[in-house]
Amino acid sequence: MLEIKDLRVDLEEEEKSILKGVDLTIEPGTVHAIMGPNGSGKSTLSYVLSGKDGYEVTGGAATLDGEDLLDLEPEERAAAGLFLAFQYPVEIPGVGNMTFLRTAVNAQRKARGEEELSAGDFLKEVRAKAKTLKIDADMLKRPVNVGFSGGEKKRNEILQMAMLEPKMCILDETDSGLDVDAMKLVSEGVNALRSEGRAFLVITHYQRLLDHIKPDVVHIMADGKIIKSGGPELALEVENNGYADILAEVA
Amino acid sequence: MALPQMKAALTATRLDGLTLPASNGWGNAARESALARVREMGLPTRRDEYWKYTDPTSLTSVDAPEAALFHNDEGPLFDAVDRVKIVFVDGVFDEAASDDLSAEGVTIERLAVAMDADIHWAKDLYGVLEANGQSPVERPLAALNTALAQDGVIIHATGVASKPINLIYLHNDVASDVAIHNVVKVDEGASVTLLETGPAGARLSKGLEVDIAKGGAFHHVRAQGRDHERRAVTHCFARVASEATFKSFTLTANGVLTRNECVIDIVGDDAVAHVAGACVGDGKDFHHDDTVFITHDAVNCESRQVFKKVLRNGASGVFQGKILVKEGAQKTDGYQISQSLLLDDDSQFLAKPELEIYADDVACSHGSTSGAIDETALFYLRSRGVNHRDATNLLTLAFLAEALEEIEDEELAEDIRSRLENWLARHS
Ligand SMILES: Nc1ncnc2c1ncn2[C@@H]1O[C@H](COP(=O)(O)OP(=O)(O)OP(=O)(O)O)[C@@H](O)[C@H]1O
Ligand SMILES: [Mg+2]
Repeated sequence: MLEIKDLRVDLEEEEKSILKGVDLTIEPGTVHAIMGPNGSGKSTLSYVLSGKDGYEVTGGAATLDGEDLLDLEPEERAAAGLFLAFQYPVEIPGVGNMTFLRTAVNAQRKARGEEELSAGDFLKEVRAKAKTLKIDADMLKRPVNVGFSGGEKKRNEILQMAMLEPKMCILDETDSGLDVDAMKLVSEGVNALRSEGRAFLVITHYQRLLDHIKPDVVHIMADGKIIKSGGPELALEVENNGYADILAEVA
Repeated sequence: MALPQMKAALTATRLDGLTLPASNGWGNAARESALARVREMGLPTRRDEYWKYTDPTSLTSVDAPEAALFHNDEGPLFDAVDRVKIVFVDGVFDEAASDDLSAEGVTIERLAVAMDADIHWAKDLYGVLEANGQSPVERPLAALNTALAQDGVIIHATGVASKPINLIYLHNDVASDVAIHNVVKVDEGASVTLLETGPAGARLSKGLEVDIAKGGAFHHVRAQGRDHERRAVTHCFARVASEATFKSFTLTANGVLTRNECVIDIVGDDAVAHVAGACVGDGKDFHHDDTVFITHDAVNCESRQVFKKVLRNGASGVFQGKILVKEGAQKTDGYQISQSLLLDDDSQFLAKPELEIYADDVACSHGSTSGAIDETALFYLRSRGVNHRDATNLLTLAFLAEALEEIEDEELAEDIRSRLENWLARHS
C-alpha cells in the first residue's frame, strides 16, 4: 500500500538533512509501528508524506497504491486515502469543529466523484462516532481544537480519521497526553477501523499503546533512517533497555 | 479663525452656487445652520490629521466622479426577512417599489415630508447630534450632509417595532450624487432594527442620527452594495441613554472609496454600544476607512468596536478608533479590536487606535493586527482534503467571524455570512 524508497529530505530554509534514506513498505491490512529517539525524523517523515511545506525531497520516492505521493498537493494525498493524526493538532479559531468535519468529508467525497453526504446523514454519523470516543456535543460545536485539552485534541484526531475512513493512517504520537482510559478509547477507535484494505503506521515512544494496538512490524528510526525492523518484541526491548543497545548494534 | 488658503478655496468652490433643497417648514433653518458650520470648519483636505490616511478629494469635488452601474446577480439582501421596505433610487424615494411606511410600535415618515410638518422631536434632532459631534474632532462632511440631504426617513420607535425597517438604496444613474439623512428616535423601553442595503448612488453622502432613551434598543445592519466604482462617506451619530443598547454592523464589499464614521456618546449609566464592521476588498482601487469615536460619560457602560478587513491585490484599509472615557465614567468596559487579513504583500492596512481615559476604575483594551493566512491551519485543513482555495476561504470567514457575531439576529447574520461566502468564492 505505502511504499517508501530511499527517501531523503532536507529542510528548505537551512542546510540540514533530516531523512537520510528511509525505506519502508507497508502492506494492506497491517499495522506498523515506528519508534525512535527524539529528533530522529519520525514526524518529519509523516509531514513529508502528507505534503507539508518547508521540506525538500532530495532523493527517493513514496507511493500510495502505486501513485506517486510526492507529486500531489496535500488535499490530493488526503483524497487518495492518506491521513495523518498530528502530533500537535492545530487550533482553528472561528471554524466550528462540525463545519470543519463536514467540509473535509464532503471535499474528499467530491474529489473522489462521490455525492456529498446530506446534512442529516452526516450528523447521524458524527454523533455515533463521537459517542464511542466520548466526544460530547459541546466539543463538536466549539472551534476546532480551541481550548481542547491535550487528550481531547487527540480524540478529535481519531474522530476525523473515523469520519474520513482513509486507507493509510499515520498516527504521530497519538498516545501522548492521553490518560489510561482515553488510551483505551482511542485504541478501540483505531482497532475498529482495522480492516483488510487499510493499513496503519503508528509512531510512538511507548510500548503501552502497542499493547492495545498490536503491530505486525516494529521499526526503529534513528538519525533519519530506519535502522532496525522486527516483530512486536522489538518494542518490548526498547521499553526495557532504551535505544543504546540497538544503536550500538548497528554502529 | 481664518481657514488655511487651500481649505478656504476648496470650500468656496464646493459651496458657491450651491442651492440647498427647499422645504416649507423647519428644514430650511436646519440646512442653513449646517451650511454655516461647513463654512466655518471648511471642507477636509489630505493635510488634515483626521484625513491623513484617506484622500477626501473625490468626496469634496463639485461633481461626483462617475460610477459604472453594477448588475447584482445575488438578488436582494434580507429577502426572506419580514420587513418594511423603503426604496430610494439614486436618492429619490420610489413610492411604487416601497411598502406602506408603517409597522407596529413605530412611526415612519420621509424626511422631505417631515421637514414641512410640525414634528417637534424631528426638528430637535435633525442636525443636532451631528452638530454635537463636531467636537472634539470636526466632521465637516457630516455638516455638509445635513445641509444637502434631499431625503431620508424619520423613524420614531414608541414601542417594540414589529419588524425591521429596510432602507434599500438603488443606484441607476452613473453620475448620481446622493445625500440621504435619517433620524431615529427610540423612546424609553422601545426598540427598532434598521437595515440599510445598497450603494445608493455613484457618490453617497449619508447621515444617521440616533437618539436612544432609557432602556431603549437600536439595532443596525447595513451592507453597502457591490458596485466597484461607488464612493461613500457616511456618518452615524448616536446618543445612548441609561440602560440603552446601540448595535451597528456594516458589511462593505467593493467600492473605490468608503469612509464610515461612527460617533457615539454614551450619556447614561449601564448602557451598551457596539459598532462592528466586516470589509472585503480586492484590487488597488479599493480603499476603506472606518473612523470611530466613542465617548463614555456615564458609569458602568460597555462599548465594543470590532473591525475586520480582508484585503487583497493591493487593496487598502484604514481604522481610526478612539475611546474617550470622561472623568467620573467609572466601571467603563471598553474593547476595541481592528484587524486585517492581508492576502498578499501589496495590500495594506493602517490603524490608529486611541485611548484617552480620565477615570481611574476602568477596563479598556485595544488591539490591532495585520497578518497573512495562518499557514499551519491552512496545511491542517488541506491535509484533511480541503483544497487550497476552500481552505483559504474557510479561514478568511473564520477571521471575519468575530465581527459577524456582533449581529444579534441569526437570520440577518446568516444572510450577511452568505454574501461574504459568495464574495470570497468570486474573488479567489
Ligand atoms: N522546520 C524545521 N526547522 C528546523 N528544524 C527542524 C524542522 N523540522 C524538523 N526539524 C529538525 O529535524 C529533526 C527531526 O525532527 P522530527 O520532528 O521529525 O523528530 P521526531 O522523531 O518526530 O522527534 P519526537 O520524538 O521528539 O517527536 C529534529 O532535529 C528537528 O529539530
Ligand atoms: Mg515527532
